[in-house]
Amino acid sequence: MLRFIVRRLFQAIPTLLVLSLLVFIWLRSLPGGPAGALLGDKATPEKIDALNKVLGLDQPLFIQYFKFLGRVLTGDFGSSLISGEPVLAEIGRALPATIELSLAALLFAIVLGIPLGYMAASYRGRFLDNATVIGTLVGVAVPVFFLGILLKQVFAQDLALFPPSGRQDVTIEATRVTNFAVLDGLLTQEWDASADALWHLVLPAIALGTIPLAVIVRITRASVLDVLNEDFVRTANAKGLQAPIVRRRHVLRNAMLPVSTTIGLQTGLLLGGAVLTERVFVWGGLGSLLAQGIERRDYPRLQALLLLAAVVYVLVNLLVDVSYAIIDPRVRTS
Amino acid sequence: MMTLLNRKKRRVDELAESAGTSLAADALRRMARSPVAIIGAVIVLLFAALSVVAPFIAPKDPYRRYPELVDGLRADFIPGPMPGFLLGSDELGRDFFSRLLVGAQQSLFVGVGATLIGLVLGMLIGGAAGAFGGWVDSWLMRFTDIMLSIPSLLLAISIAALASRGSQTTVIIAVAVTTVPIFARLLRGAMLAQRHSDHVLAATALGVKRRTIVFRHMLPNSLGPVIVQATLTLATAIIEAASLSFLGLGDPDPDRAEWGLMLGNSQRWIDVRPELAFYPAIAIIIVALGFTLLGESLREALDPKNRR
Repeated sequence: MLRFIVRRLFQAIPTLLVLSLLVFIWLRSLPGGPAGALLGDKATPEKIDALNKVLGLDQPLFIQYFKFLGRVLTGDFGSSLISGEPVLAEIGRALPATIELSLAALLFAIVLGIPLGYMAASYRGRFLDNATVIGTLVGVAVPVFFLGILLKQVFAQDLALFPPSGRQDVTIEATRVTNFAVLDGLLTQEWDASADALWHLVLPAIALGTIPLAVIVRITRASVLDVLNEDFVRTANAKGLQAPIVRRRHVLRNAMLPVSTTIGLQTGLLLGGAVLTERVFVWGGLGSLLAQGIERRDYPRLQALLLLAAVVYVLVNLLVDVSYAIIDPRVRTS
Repeated sequence: MMTLLNRKKRRVDELAESAGTSLAADALRRMARSPVAIIGAVIVLLFAALSVVAPFIAPKDPYRRYPELVDGLRADFIPGPMPGFLLGSDELGRDFFSRLLVGAQQSLFVGVGATLIGLVLGMLIGGAAGAFGGWVDSWLMRFTDIMLSIPSLLLAISIAALASRGSQTTVIIAVAVTTVPIFARLLRGAMLAQRHSDHVLAATALGVKRRTIVFRHMLPNSLGPVIVQATLTLATAIIEAASLSFLGLGDPDPDRAEWGLMLGNSQRWIDVRPELAFYPAIAIIIVALGFTLLGESLREALDPKNRR
């Protein structure tokens, strides 16, 4: 098992290397190059030349790339043009908010999605199944940001059931430990802070989790239908094994392989949806950093976020492969 | 016993019916019977027709501001439906209904443009990988892996952000690039699956030229999944383009009637006139749903497992 993980880790290295090269090229193809991007409105040809010297941009490209790689590996992404703060510090502060939101969305999608998909498959062709399938088709057609706007308007403004924006009520003076609002409340035993943070999480999590939910339901349904037709399920049923055991040991376990891949893929995609959701709910996580970075063309920040997203994606895929190996031992040897 | 015999008879009848029909004709026949496919096709056709005739049937000039609509009113008030203005005014005193109609054209243009560019580039990459195999294949696929390792919306954002000023072209290109690796992988997979299939082996044994095998045998037989994906991509491309507009990466021209932009602008007025957000969103959802339904039923119809 350990050997499998190590091997997969090594396989991820070339991908990440080429990716860093792409981001490097991306920075170089910006209007005015990185110096122009750094100077922004104040850019004049003389200033760009001077800054190019300082930044070492007059050196051969491959030397520049290795220096860039060295900086990236030591975590030096430069300073944000907006706040003047090191980008990494900014990201570190915003990251917990996005992780919290993504985990909540994912939890919503998985906890609801797998049982729904399973039920739809068990009642194939009946009303419940048809309704679920139609629901999933509509679910992926709804733009994330509109769902956010809609939920906010109906449940926060009109019905006033949930808070419309933010991570926590401003009147709550919560102690910050990890910047995970819910976790901090638990750690410091400020229960009201935790509850309030959870309350704020509901609408954004539903908005962000709906597309993964729809996808997970569909994959679970298709995958369970496939497995139900397998010989070993027929055998298990025929030899009189109790239905719950057949369901758990034979059907679900085998049907979970494609589902876990999908969950992994969706986790990687969440960051894209988070940008939109965070904007609607004024969430203050990575998505807000990104949105603000786009508006002001803050390239050091964008570059760091881009690399971070890719690294997360590659790691998530790695986790998916490892979970494969746990669910299905045959994967380990191949 | 009787039922079994009947079932067998029906199966033979069906086989006879489908004998001699091509896969495409067979798929079309099956789609004509599927309500999902018909609903999808109707939505898509209506949408396409609408985007062609929109400028002619729009009751008012979608770009003209009617000062009489907003003049003398409170700054936070936008008038609703009234005679001559079916859905009322937008925030700048323009006919909202006409803008909604013309928006269909914009969405179709962006969706089709992005999908076509992505399709052509993806097929070139995937086709080369599938036809040549070997190191060409492994390099090209490593390349697509890396493109796929960035979430598509983030990839689109980073490409759109390259332009110092957003425009419709940058949106189309940004969305197109995100679809390239998917088309490439699909076509490559379908072509590789054929390399060792009997008809390719037979053609090779007969001494048919490589180029002919690739273009006459492998490529046409691999197009099914690509066409399905293209249909589904039209839906995601329209949503993704709207998302870019919403984030302020689209064309900043306030005259442009684009559903994503209308939706983004409406957020400020959501307490006053929620319809300004509602209608463009419903339009996006219906169109995306139409392409999704069509694509899914196409996938089902082309699946040889369902062929009878």
